[in-house]
Amino acid sequence: MDSSFFSPLLLTFKLASITTIILLIISIPLAYWLAYSSSKFKAIIETLVSMPLVLPPSVLGFYLLIAFSNENFLGKFLKTYFDLQLAFTFFGLVIASIIFSLPFMVQPIQAGFSNLPIQLKEASYTLGKSKIETLFKVLLPNIKASILTGIVISFTHTIGEFGVVLMIGGNIPNETRVVSLAIYDEVEALNYSTANQYALILFAISFSILLLVYTINKKYLRNR
Amino acid sequence: MLQINVIKKLMSNEGDIKLHAEFEINKHDFVTISGKSGAGKTTILRMIAGLTNPDEGIIKFENNFWFSKEKKINLPCQERNIGFVFQDYSLFPNMNVKENLIFALKNKKELDFIDYLIEITNIKGLEKRNVNTLSGGQKQKVALARTLVRKPEILLLDEPLSALDSEMRTQLQNEILKIHKEFKLTTIFVSHDLAEIFKLSDKSFILEDGKIILSGKPMDIFTSKRLSGKLKFIGEILHIQKENIVYIVTILVGNDIVKIVEADNNSNLKEGDKVIISTKAFSPILIKI
Repeated sequence: MDSSFFSPLLLTFKLASITTIILLIISIPLAYWLAYSSSKFKAIIETLVSMPLVLPPSVLGFYLLIAFSNENFLGKFLKTYFDLQLAFTFFGLVIASIIFSLPFMVQPIQAGFSNLPIQLKEASYTLGKSKIETLFKVLLPNIKASILTGIVISFTHTIGEFGVVLMIGGNIPNETRVVSLAIYDEVEALNYSTANQYALILFAISFSILLLVYTINKKYLRNR
Repeated sequence: MLQINVIKKLMSNEGDIKLHAEFEINKHDFVTISGKSGAGKTTILRMIAGLTNPDEGIIKFENNFWFSKEKKINLPCQERNIGFVFQDYSLFPNMNVKENLIFALKNKKELDFIDYLIEITNIKGLEKRNVNTLSGGQKQKVALARTLVRKPEILLLDEPLSALDSEMRTQLQNEILKIHKEFKLTTIFVSHDLAEIFKLSDKSFILEDGKIILSGKPMDIFTSKRLSGKLKFIGEILHIQKENIVYIVTILVGNDIVKIVEADNNSNLKEGDKVIISTKAFSPILIKI
């Protein structure tokens, strides 16, 4: 096994880690707003966030590819002003993965907020605490299980994605060639044993992560 | 003085009602609000606390407006100097008892005050306990102590004792009264329990269909029409049994069960009805216990 074998693995975990961290930062305020707002735009935003759950990844990938293309407004704008190229780059993959995995992070956190008794928040306000302090010291610590679920599902989901990655990333070694694409490639080239190694590693890692989380969550729920 | 004159439309399962609360509360008074559920008692407390916005009107404490539709003033909950004890206690499950109190501190150095509060509310020994392992009464004491950390001027209590057994209730009533005096609070207390209202309040309001229909000293408003040399108790019918030509009605009065013989069932009494038991007070026997 040489470095070209490990490159897709490393790339996959780099992509999944970066995506998950950025998703967490975006999703907490978004989920907070969705859980507590009574704005009339809420339904629209909620629908948009959930779209990746029902859309075939190829549809999403196709539109993102069009949007990122240098021919179009967004792509042209980013290229001209920020010298950013999104299509067929790692950075583009990160953006696409964030959009694609958004519901997997937002929904558990939103559900966590909604399931907390509203009085917890109000009690904190009556004690003179600001919204921010209430969020970090009262709300988030009480929905740890939901946050953990969001992190794990987003992470594992990003590891497993294929359609979006293929559309946006192409299949460039060391840049956008993640494990799921590498498996497909090896199978096409009839290298079943290499494909099997990748597949087995992915299977084992995903299984271990999920097992770990369910064990932790069970323990956490028992202690409540 | 706390001055309130607010209007708020409420949705209830019996259709919408218009809550119009207009009253004044003197400083250091202990006031109770009673009335049927859904009458708007909790909403009044929430509007004073700033957790619910009135549709119209004013809320004024001393010389400061907390809410005024006209002047477009709506002081956020955090800046009103109130303490709110919720019906379900609302302790923070991610903190132990002492951490719950410390969380409410403005100046984290005032730990002496926390110790003093732990002392006065009788929760010593529970400091390190997980709040989920406390009994209802203990939770309520902790919730009470936590609201006092901020040294509020007005204490709002939303049926805080309704889930407790009678012994715990009495104990907590005494503590609330002690705290009310010790901290020179103005206290507003929502309650259903007549005995509690008599015991605690200087002044009482009865709310019905969104309006205050009676206000005054509990002795005056609850007994004025009724006191005429008679004994009276309010109870709930548990059971009616026909026996030969009479009916035997079993009634729950407070925590006691009494049986009363009725010649006939003229007033169509049925199980679950609230009734007044009254008798001429010619020859009751009083025994000291």
